[in-house]
Formats: sequence, C-alpha cells, structure tokens
Amino acid sequence: MAKQRILELPVWEAADKIRGQEITSEEYVAATLKRIREVEPDVHAYITLIEEPALTQAQAIDKKIRRGGDLGRLAGLPVAIKDNICVRGFTTTCASKMLENFVTPYDATVVERILGEDGVIIGKTNLDEFAMGTSTEYSYFGPTKNPWDTSKVPGGSSGGSAAAVSALEAAFALGSDTGGSVRSPASFCCIVGLKPTYGAVSRYGLVSYANSLEQIGPFARDVRSCALLTSVIAGYDARDSTSSDKFPADLVLKRSLPKLTIGVPREFFEEGVQEGVSKTVRDAISRLEKAGVKLSFEEISLPMLKYALPAYYIIAMSEASSNLARYDGIRYGYRVPDRTLDWGTVFSKDRGVGFGAEVRRRIMLGTYALSAGYFDQYYLKAQKIRTLLRREFDGAFKRFDLLLAPSMPILPFGLGEKMEDPLQLYMCDIETVPANLTGIPSLSVPCGVSEGLPVGMQLMAPPFREDLLFQAGRLVEDLLPVDRSAGEFTHA
Amino acid sequence: MTKKQRQEQFISEKEVEHLAELAKLELSKKEFTKLRGELNEILGYFRLIDEVDTENVSPTYHVQDIVNVLRDDTPTPQQPDMLLEDAPQKKDRFIKAPKMI
Repeated sequence: MAKQRILELPVWEAADKIRGQEITSEEYVAATLKRIREVEPDVHAYITLIEEPALTQAQAIDKKIRRGGDLGRLAGLPVAIKDNICVRGFTTTCASKMLENFVTPYDATVVERILGEDGVIIGKTNLDEFAMGTSTEYSYFGPTKNPWDTSKVPGGSSGGSAAAVSALEAAFALGSDTGGSVRSPASFCCIVGLKPTYGAVSRYGLVSYANSLEQIGPFARDVRSCALLTSVIAGYDARDSTSSDKFPADLVLKRSLPKLTIGVPREFFEEGVQEGVSKTVRDAISRLEKAGVKLSFEEISLPMLKYALPAYYIIAMSEASSNLARYDGIRYGYRVPDRTLDWGTVFSKDRGVGFGAEVRRRIMLGTYALSAGYFDQYYLKAQKIRTLLRREFDGAFKRFDLLLAPSMPILPFGLGEKMEDPLQLYMCDIETVPANLTGIPSLSVPCGVSEGLPVGMQLMAPPFREDLLFQAGRLVEDLLPVDRSAGEFTHA
Repeated sequence: MTKKQRQEQFISEKEVEHLAELAKLELSKKEFTKLRGELNEILGYFRLIDEVDTENVSPTYHVQDIVNVLRDDTPTPQQPDMLLEDAPQKKDRFIKAPKMI
C-alpha cells in the first residue's frame, strides 16, 4: 500500500490491518511524520512534535505483535494531545508564555490509558491560551489554520488537535471542551468530536480552566474511531474527585438500533445563526427523514437557552480567575528576571507579562463577578440559571432520546476577522455551552457544506448515553457523507 | 438589550485598577483604558440574565451528586528532582522566592 494512502484508511480499519500484520505501526507512524513535515508549514497544528520516541514506541509495538503478544485497542496508531494535557517529560505550555518552559513531571490519566492500549503519542497540539478562545488565534505560538481552507480559522480552543486529525497529521487526538472547545473545531475542520458526560473522563493531568464545566474529549475522522478512543479514555479514576463510575465499561454500538426520537429546539436556529448554517442542518434533517431511517424529529422550544451564554461566561470566568491564581512564577512558570523586587510586585509582573490579553480579560471579569457586592448579581444568579436550564433539558429528555442543533452558529471565518472583538467571539459559543452547563454528552458530526465550507451537526444525549450519540452519528455520516477531497489539506 | 444598557458604564477606571490589584495583574495605562471599554461592553451583555426570575431557585455549582470524596492519606512515590527542575530561580535544592518584607 502506498505510504500516504494508509493514512486515508478509516482509523479503526487501519487498527485491524496492524493487528493482522498487513501494515506495521512503524509504517503508519512514519507516514504520519512525513505528512506532518509536508503540511505543518501551512497548517501549524503542533506546538511540540514527539518524533523519535514515537517511532521507538511503534517499533516496540510491532515487535510485540510479531511475538504474538496482546495488542492494545489503539494498535500502535498515533495520537495527538492538546497542549493543556500533561505528557511526562515534555512541555505542557497551554500555548502561554507563562508555561513556555514547563516540563511536565507526570502523565495525565488519559495519557496513561492511551499508552496502556498501545496508542503512540506523536505530539502536543496548539490551542487558545489556557483553552480560552474559539479560533485558536489566541495562542502565544501563533494561530493554527483550518486544513479545509487555510485562510480560515480552525475553530477552538482545541484547534490544533482538530486540524491535526483533519489534515491526516494524526489518527486521533484529544482536546478539552469547557464551552465547546472540542465541538467547535471538529465542526470547522470537518471531523468528529465528542464532549463526554461530565465525570466520564478523568481530568487528572488536564490544566484547569473551569473545572465544573470541562471534559477531555476525543477527535477522529469517523464516528466509529471516535467511539474507540472514547472507550479507551473514559472510566472511573480515583485521582479526579469528580470522576464517575457510571460510564459503561463496554461501549457497545449495536448494529440494529431502536427508533430514536430527536428534539430540535428552535432557539438553536434563531438569533445569531447564519442562514447557510441553519439551512444546511435543516436540509440534513429532512434528508435523514426521507431516508426512512429510524430517526424521527420534532421541533420544540427551550426558552432558557437564551440565557445560557451569559450564564456560561460568568461561571467560566469566575472559575478561571480562581484557577489561574496559582500562576505565581515561583515553583514553575514565567518569572521576571529582576531579583530586587518584593513579593507582590513580582506576582503582578509575572502575571501581567506571562498571560495574554484574553486570559487577562477573563481573569479580570471573573474577579469582578466573584467580588463583594457583585457576587449575587452575577455568579450566584448564573448558577441559578444553570438550575433552570438543567430542568428544561431534563424535561426534554423525558420526551426525546436526543436533542439536535448546529455545532457552530456560523461558518468557519477568516483569520483575524474577530480577533479584536471579544464579545463577537464569545457569541460563537451559543450552540455549545448548554451541554457544558448541564453536564450532558454532545457529539459534533459533519453533515454538509455551505459556501464550500463544512457544517457540523451537534447531537446531545442524557448523561452517560454516549452510545446513542455514536449510533445516531453513524447514521448521519453514512447518509450524509461529506467529500473530504474538497478541502485543501484534508486528503492525501 | 437596550442601547442605553449597552452604553451604561458598569465599571469605572478606578474599579478596573482595583480589580487588577486583586487579580495581581500589572497592566499599562493604555491597557487599563482598553480593558475598561471591553469589560463594560461584556458586562452589559451579561446583564441579560437580569430578565430571568430566579426567586426560590437554588444554584447548581456542580452537575453531579458526588459529595466529599475522601481517600486514605498515604504517601506515594514522587519525583522531587523533576519538580525542582521547573523552578525558574533556585539555590541547591531550594526554590528561591521574592522577599516578603
């Protein structure tokens, strides 16, 4: 098989071929590294590449296969890791000057699990600084470009991970999703991305931004491969006190589905949603209906959705201001060289220089929302709205198996287009934040193209029903396939 | 959101400076002015939540029903040398901190 061609195989199929010794892990990893060298100058998905260790690990896995040893479920395939997740011995920069030189002394639980199933860690990917952004432009190391169209942003904040998978620079990747940071770049880069149920995946080793909202989530080019990586990373972990044991140990994707009823909240298609996006998603729904598959749709209304975005940002920024208080430049991180200054001045200088503009903005707003006199009005009120939103979702899931929305309200936009208007950029998260506030799982699957750019469909399920998302997601990708050869760097 | 609400000044220059002090962020005068404008616009948008009646609604700080997760207080092997490597200023096996007084 031609070297680059193996990268175009569905990843679950490549895993079978490695297991059957038709191809080797080393071949696959070497082809991926070659691909990275070719496309990185245009895409810039990675902050750190882990080349030699990846090849060495692949060779060891191949040796194990030849000896007839038990091969893990990831079968020697390369995985890219967002650079806010710890991989021992390499930097975890969070795309920040603050952590530019921070070498991580331990592996995140998800990384341990990937290595335990013979996944090969191939590099650390670009993100918005501390995962705060929707376009991967707020990176200290410069923006990632969308492999589908390199004049566009890849979405964010996990834009590097999504771009790497989309541009065949990795078989899988991990991102983190606090308010849509997996689903947004999955949608913009025309791949599949999951935000798991809160508590399904351990956050041990994920650099905290807003703990009550975020989950590590997988990216892949197809739903089945996304489900495979999900089953590897999910499960109880004593090192994360919010970890749950409710995720099913064997994620079975049944061949024959029960009929699924899907609620379509109209608020997800209203204010702030581009016509090309809503039309593409609505067309996708009618094509699914006409295909006679076991899906039925009904339009509903969830009025509290209107308030989800401000409530989300108040909570996220409040948690961020508290979490990022730890960066003092003493034990690790950026430290001003001047040694004559006193404690308070050093802190303020370290943080003033070490953090970028968006991080500073969020720390300031979070500090404000938590400060005496404003706490009830902002933070407490937002948490009460969260309760009301949850009630609406609980009610909807009594009637429907899934809920459906566009993944992003707008098409991939031009680099630099929204950099100077923070509020406009926040508005890009209107479709995704409800799943974070309510803790439910949500999957983004490509469902069509508008003005030559990819559009993602977002499916939401009750807690721990990722199985339903994957089953419905597979129907969407089977019935509404998007031609990846239309993109600039999305095919070999 | 009304136009009036958008133009309303929620936060004064002095308050921005006080916040920066609380958050320990040293900023230039120019940044203060820019931030004040941005913060006011964003806070104006946040006030959308004022429309919602939350009387007698309890807050959701967390979506799970887990309370007080405890573990045994047993030491596990650590890597102090690797941790020390990351300290930007140190002397021997000590981390150097700025002076307190």
